Amino acid sequence: MVISTEGLTFNFGNQKVVNSLSLQVPQGSIYGFLGPNGAGKTTTIKLLLNLLKTDEGSISVFGKDLKRNRIEILSKIGSLIEQPAIYLHLTGRENLVNRVGLLQLPASRVDEMLELVQLQHAANKKAGQYSLGMKQRLGIALALLSDPQLLILDEPTNGLDPNGIIEIRELLINLTRHHGKTVFISSHLLSEIERMATHVGIINNGTMLFQGSIAELEALNQALLLIEVDNTVDAANLLKRHQYEVAQVTETLVGLPYLSKQQSGEINTLLINSGYTVYSIGKQQQDLETLFLSITKKV
Amino acid sequence: MKAFLLSLRSEFYKTRKTLAFWCAILLPLLICLLMTIGFLTNAEKMASWPGELLWLRYVGSVLNIMGVLLLPIFVIFTAYSVNNIEHKADTWKMLFSLPLPKFAVYAAKYVYALLLILISLALFVIFTLGFANLLSALKPELRFNEYHMEYALLQVYFKLFLSSLGILSIQFLFSLLWKDFLKPMGIGFVGTISGVIMASAGWKYAYLFPYSHPMLALTNMMPRTKTPAQSRQLVINILTDDVYVSLAIAVVVFFAGYFILQKRSIK
Repeated sequence: MVISTEGLTFNFGNQKVVNSLSLQVPQGSIYGFLGPNGAGKTTTIKLLLNLLKTDEGSISVFGKDLKRNRIEILSKIGSLIEQPAIYLHLTGRENLVNRVGLLQLPASRVDEMLELVQLQHAANKKAGQYSLGMKQRLGIALALLSDPQLLILDEPTNGLDPNGIIEIRELLINLTRHHGKTVFISSHLLSEIERMATHVGIINNGTMLFQGSIAELEALNQALLLIEVDNTVDAANLLKRHQYEVAQVTETLVGLPYLSKQQSGEINTLLINSGYTVYSIGKQQQDLETLFLSITKKV
Repeated sequence: MKAFLLSLRSEFYKTRKTLAFWCAILLPLLICLLMTIGFLTNAEKMASWPGELLWLRYVGSVLNIMGVLLLPIFVIFTAYSVNNIEHKADTWKMLFSLPLPKFAVYAAKYVYALLLILISLALFVIFTLGFANLLSALKPELRFNEYHMEYALLQVYFKLFLSSLGILSIQFLFSLLWKDFLKPMGIGFVGTISGVIMASAGWKYAYLFPYSHPMLALTNMMPRTKTPAQSRQLVINILTDDVYVSLAIAVVVFFAGYFILQKRSIK
């Protein structure tokens, strides 16, 4: 595990912002850290970077205790928290040069990074004149500057256009697949990271609701049997009387958890024999977004 | 130590194009230049003066402007601007998640502000001497060359430097903790004005109040006595009570600031 926390808790006054969180981020993974706004994602990230003092619990990164090995651990992490931390009165290049000087990295890294995030043409422009997407890309360049083993990114695609999002996604996939890096990335949109994440942690109100691989998340995703019928409310009541579990009723559809082909047929027969007109009947997989919403709403 | 020096270099790199840095250079240049122009235009009146009086007038008028009001305000501004650069860019979190000891980052920032003040005061000495010599070259009737006070001038400004450190530490902490401009500036202004009033009213405990230290340093060096002969004398005693208090406050608040920084969450 690259990041492993145990019982991580943080309070703002009386409010528990992070509540006994146990993160497990495997080596080489892209770990999507998901939750609605205000769920505690940024606070967790700040705890991981030792910017906030942990109230309870422990954090270990690269198998070492964060408190006792702060500098050694931070030297292997690149991070981008909320808006990128950029000096707006300096140019893009100067922002990178400043960091290269602070971390004593080779000066050639500046041009490599500018090329990687495609900011060469704007390198000598003041960062204050950059668009939101350019600032975000400069922020990512700063995070990648020291060639870190672990990248911690807090909503890095904020303000990026679809092209930009795809570029960042490809970059992160490349870093993990071919360079053995680990990426911890937070987002409030599952759709944004489901195409790259290998692992997912879903958090709400400071509590972890789900943690596991994308495959495990998909396994949770139960299919529905959707029936289009003339009188949905009466049909739903009939099914309930026959001990079927009804998941949803709308004006046009009745939805039940899908179990088997056999059962679908039985339900169809029951409805027709009771005088309902069944327009259509079929199995449908929920999308992950709906699943994500239903997980975060449970609490 | 290496992290501290790297941070200090980075502070310079970040501010070298900002007003915070140039202010430390332009302020002494501007004041000394204006004073020189004033002396040039009034040269006839002062042609008969002996060199010693001429020097004291020249140095005294720069000191009166600088020491009483401008120095505390310059210190307040410098403390504000070295911290504001991080507040404005929202870079505190980045600065403290770099693999550098927090104390090195904090101390480098403080020392940088301190160096800016030191540079500015050193430039006051250099410009004062330079322009005075320029004056006597341009107007030979001004007999600046008759008298020398290089060493005394150094001592005066060194004392001013020491007496501004208490204010620096306090203002540095305020500017570190508060993002907004008005809080540290407001407190600084109120402090400075109260300090000037306390010092000029001769309140006996004024030496305990850091904002009155620059003013005290000056009034102690240039005592107002009735006889004109005595009033010319500069009494230079660097390590007075107010300087000790200033240094003690500077050291205590500097470490207290680091302690608070460690306890606080970084936004």
